[in-house]
Amino acid sequence: MASQDAPALALENITVTFAARDAKDTRYTAVKDATLVVAPGEFVSVVGPTGCGKSTLLNIAVGLLEPSAGSVKVFGKPLVGLNGSAGYLFQTEALMPWRTALDNVTAGLEFRGVLRGEAVQRAEDWLARVGLAGHGHRYPHQLSGGMRKRVALAQTLILDPQIILMDEPFSALDIQTRQLMENELLELWSANRKSVVFITHDLEEAISLSDRVVVLSAGPETRPIGEFAIDLPRPRDVAEIRLTPRFIELHTRIWHAMKDEVLKGYARTRIQ
Amino acid sequence: MREPESSKGVWARMRPRQGNLRVWQVGMLLVFFAIWHVLTVPGIVPPLYFDDANKAAFFFGEPLKVLSRVWDWFYSGAIYEHLWVTLWETFLAFVIGTVSGLVIGLWLALNPIASALCDPYIKALNSMPRVILAPIFSVWFGLDIASKVALGVTLVFFIVFFNVYQGVREVSPTVLANARILGASQRQLLRHVYVPSAMSWVFASLHNSVGLAFVGAVVGEYLGSSRGVGYLILQAEGTFDINTVFAGILVLTAFALILDFVVSVAEKRLMVWQPRQGETERI
Repeated sequence: MASQDAPALALENITVTFAARDAKDTRYTAVKDATLVVAPGEFVSVVGPTGCGKSTLLNIAVGLLEPSAGSVKVFGKPLVGLNGSAGYLFQTEALMPWRTALDNVTAGLEFRGVLRGEAVQRAEDWLARVGLAGHGHRYPHQLSGGMRKRVALAQTLILDPQIILMDEPFSALDIQTRQLMENELLELWSANRKSVVFITHDLEEAISLSDRVVVLSAGPETRPIGEFAIDLPRPRDVAEIRLTPRFIELHTRIWHAMKDEVLKGYARTRIQ
Repeated sequence: MREPESSKGVWARMRPRQGNLRVWQVGMLLVFFAIWHVLTVPGIVPPLYFDDANKAAFFFGEPLKVLSRVWDWFYSGAIYEHLWVTLWETFLAFVIGTVSGLVIGLWLALNPIASALCDPYIKALNSMPRVILAPIFSVWFGLDIASKVALGVTLVFFIVFFNVYQGVREVSPTVLANARILGASQRQLLRHVYVPSAMSWVFASLHNSVGLAFVGAVVGEYLGSSRGVGYLILQAEGTFDINTVFAGILVLTAFALILDFVVSVAEKRLMVWQPRQGETERI
């Protein structure tokens, strides 16, 4: 690893322009001149109105997408190809449906050539940590949405990534399951602090989880328009912390900054 | 329509439902054979359509003679050699067609340029009536099993090929991206993502491809051979032995059903990861 002082992840002046495949002159600039720096061990949430290019930023950070302009640095080194220090938790189903829960969790280790016996042992351990002990033999279709998310979480965390990128991972879950998952995520994270970039459109989720909340402008040409340090004490309970005066104060301030952008984004979707 | 109480009670107990389906199915078969018997055996009913009482038997055979021919075949063991040849041809056509369809399907699906290049030719080959190739294969590969296997392969290959192609195209981009981020190399992606995804499509077409391998074998034999069930039928037809023709058809049908059953069992065992209808939602 590079020097400890370098930020875990630094997206500098990122611009992403998509050219339509059938009409080369129709361009869409999803992200413009965006800068996002995440310190080692920091939990950063990125909030913004729907369709503002939040996922695009994550895809850049993990190396699935190359920026049109700007640089990506991981622990001070420019990113080439896929980001080997990052784990990615997708918004939609990403488990391999033909593998059991256990085999999904071992997949990353298997790809890295870890011996089967050791991989299974570590996977069992991780399944237990996400509350799925004894469910390893089930296939994804036999698990509930919440359980599948836990498997995906174990699948990502077993590789011990230095940076965890999460793209609205809990948005498809019902509110109770979601709060349980958020608490579990916080517990796992505080046991072994990694850098987290958590994308969400839910401001309450962002505040209750993070050290810092970054607000994005409405798309196209999305860029960060505000940053708010969240000084709520840890450990937190995501359900309870929402009732504290400090939370409400932060929520009011950030919502004030976001409101115009949300309205802008909403107006744009109505025109289209 | 209202029925008398007593018969209604009997009907209520007897009528087809989930529990006695098999009984009814066997019953339908027996009724079919009975009607066949009554209409064809000379002397049971007066000739309705033909001017001679023996003509019905000549054109449609007699079920008892057909069944006794089947019995003779299996009892004397004369059929085994022919059946074995036909099944062996089916098996070879199925395996060769599936493997080549899988390999070429994967290769083309993962090479957009190659697939764009070959696209019109594959469409042309697929829309060509392939049975017409049988005489050519006889010339190329002789009258032994090779020409029948070749015909079966041309039938099976395209089914598997198109399914594999589709299967690779339909791989969820999220699953693919996830596997890449988890560290899968190109080869590992092929083995752990593309192939399993394609296999689910191949298995979906397994009934079709086994059936067509069988068709290829029999049609090939029928068009020229010295062994096989298709050959038996061809021989019998040459001497207007309609009972033997029907006996051959009966044996072929029975074995087609058995093959289909074997495929169903294999499918159930290999595709455990796929949700069955009504069990859970599809992802």
